[in-house]
Amino acid sequence: MDLIEKAEQLLQSGDVKAVLGFEAGTGGTRRPAFARRPGQARRLVFDDACVQNLASYVTRKETRRLGKVAVAARPGALRALLQLMAERQIQEQDVLPLAVDAAGQVAELPTAQAIEEHLALEPGPVSARDRELLDRLGKLSRAERWAFWQGELGRCVKCYACRNSCPMCYCEHCTMDCNRPQWVPVPSHALGNLEYHMVRAMHLAGRCVQCGDCGRACPVGIPIHLLTFNAEETVHAQFGQRAGASAKLDYALSTFRPDDKETFIR
Amino acid sequence: MTDTFEPKITAFVCNWCTYAGADLTGTSRIKYPSNVRVLRLPCTGRIDFMLLAKAFARGSDGIIISGCHPNDCHYTSGNYHARRRWMVYRNLMDFMGIDTSRITFSWVSAAEGAKWAELVNEVTEGIRAMGPYTEYQELAHAGVE
Amino acid sequence: MADQFQLSSASLDALFTALQGDGRRILAPTDRDGRTELNPVQTLGQVARDYVQTALSAKETVFPKVEQLLSYSMAPGQVELVDAEPRALPTVLFGIRPCEAGGFAALDAVFNWDTRDRFFNARMEQLAIIGVACTRKDDACFCTSVGGGPGSTRGSDILLTPAAGGFLAQVLTDKGRAIQALAPELFAPAAGLAAPLAEVPAAFDHAALTARLPELFDSPIWDDQALRCLGCGACAFVCPACVCFDIQEEADKKAGRRLRAWDSCGFAMFTLHASGHNPRPAQGARWRQRVYHKFATYPDRYGMLGCVGCGKCTRACPVDMNLQEHLTQAMAPVES
Repeated sequence: MDLIEKAEQLLQSGDVKAVLGFEAGTGGTRRPAFARRPGQARRLVFDDACVQNLASYVTRKETRRLGKVAVAARPGALRALLQLMAERQIQEQDVLPLAVDAAGQVAELPTAQAIEEHLALEPGPVSARDRELLDRLGKLSRAERWAFWQGELGRCVKCYACRNSCPMCYCEHCTMDCNRPQWVPVPSHALGNLEYHMVRAMHLAGRCVQCGDCGRACPVGIPIHLLTFNAEETVHAQFGQRAGASAKLDYALSTFRPDDKETFIR
Repeated sequence: MTDTFEPKITAFVCNWCTYAGADLTGTSRIKYPSNVRVLRLPCTGRIDFMLLAKAFARGSDGIIISGCHPNDCHYTSGNYHARRRWMVYRNLMDFMGIDTSRITFSWVSAAEGAKWAELVNEVTEGIRAMGPYTEYQELAHAGVE
Repeated sequence: MADQFQLSSASLDALFTALQGDGRRILAPTDRDGRTELNPVQTLGQVARDYVQTALSAKETVFPKVEQLLSYSMAPGQVELVDAEPRALPTVLFGIRPCEAGGFAALDAVFNWDTRDRFFNARMEQLAIIGVACTRKDDACFCTSVGGGPGSTRGSDILLTPAAGGFLAQVLTDKGRAIQALAPELFAPAAGLAAPLAEVPAAFDHAALTARLPELFDSPIWDDQALRCLGCGACAFVCPACVCFDIQEEADKKAGRRLRAWDSCGFAMFTLHASGHNPRPAQGARWRQRVYHKFATYPDRYGMLGCVGCGKCTRACPVDMNLQEHLTQAMAPVES
């Protein structure tokens, strides 16, 4: 069964109140779409241009208000859904993940276990292109990296497209919204930008599912996803843990091993 | 100009080990430079990674972070959590081009008065040789019309 | 009626030199790593060739993303307060599109409404705009639906239209004439045809939209359209007509500064009151207000629209909230 048929079936039976997928957008792009009546299912498409992580929507109150939603989920979204379950933000019964294969056929993944089994067959999260970017930056000198990031972050306008497109940034009251004290400066000056992105990367370390949506969302083209990817890669390399692997919480920064090895503490 | 450069070093230390150790340094009459400003926290586990960023932003040229040895934490596991946090944050800082050689992490126990003095001496001279961290401090005024 | 002239590319390059000789910096769209962004240029050759628009708007020149309003220092028994002097450099904005040039009027409407904003005005006074008409458009453009057009002269001091060998130039204002006076010999009598302008069919009737909005206030359409909206500030920040700002104080016991920074009505806490009440608690209410502010409040209060149809919001939006499409949908007959 293809996605349109599946969506029609799910909406007709009332099993879900909305199917969250993709539709055609401006200039040949794809964008998120909410099909809430069977007739709207016909708008749905699922192709290589459908890359956004739709899991960002499942924690928004406007989406929760609709009821149970089916989500046409790429591997990044599936990992995010598992991580959200692990962090107790959603339960299995709140969402129905739909995996779409290369032939367009849909498989329902109604349990965390089903998602885990499906993901086990998928390649690792970081694309070749991003791996290459990370390596290239790693080979630069520290001073060159400073110049690179200051140049990139200088364009940041603090629109928070990165934060808001991230499935793991679901806090209703983000640290940036707290003003007693104002821990991180709000304005998009040099310190305000550096500190915000540092905080975000650290708050995502061990939680980032490396979907890359933050980098895609940035309206001024900053490859901001590389910061959270870096934090996530450190967690995986040093502690062997990865976000989005299971619905059982395994958060690197709230756990430890007495024999964690580091090279820099005197 | 650099002959008279006195580095500003902020030290975040835990109350039960390093702070007591620094106390011992004093009572043992071992001299160490006064460039270090010691900030006492209950535990290294309480050290928010942003405290380091704020220290640099507010004019520190170098940072020392020190606490109880693994297995000796007064709160059992605070230093284990701190260690993990530092491993991730240090890599992130380096990735962003921040000079992590200006940050020294150490375990100094309440009995290691001599180690504290040696550490502070070494770090002070090291930062003096590196010069002020103007690259970071300039950020405080940058980006505002 | 504007004075019409011909400017060859060589003459335009010479004009750049004359402008810089007059102490003005020139900001123009440039190509940077696959992006088109506004940057200082010295020669015509540095200006981007084939672009529809920049991602960010030119409003940065008169309404920066962060600017200092005042600073102060404190010692026991005394406070020293220093009003910031806006750093208004003589500037020529070259190569922005007629839609964007039209956006400055929308900023001016707010910044000179009841209080005259010292910072905006100081920068605006030092700014001259040489717009370039559009021979190309993309799917996000809808200037003709909001009273503009690819050749609109509104907001430009000089409007150039691409022509064989250079540009046709319309000198429109005193500021434009002052630029011409720097090197009048470069402005040849108008001859030859301009390149055809982009075709931008109107998608909706904005007067009808403004008239219709009051009855659509309680329509479920806004919640529906906003389901995919992430509530970020990308649309407001790239918009040439958006003017909302936040004021932040950064201070310690000894000194402080007060800054103005961009803000967005799309943010969840934009209208959060100190009491804890939020009159726009859902994204649909915030989306609705964005549309109403531009198409109902602005006409009502300032006699103009708060939108220039540039489409930057649509291009910047991570989830393609296509404003033209949403407004056309709002104008469609109501279905059950």
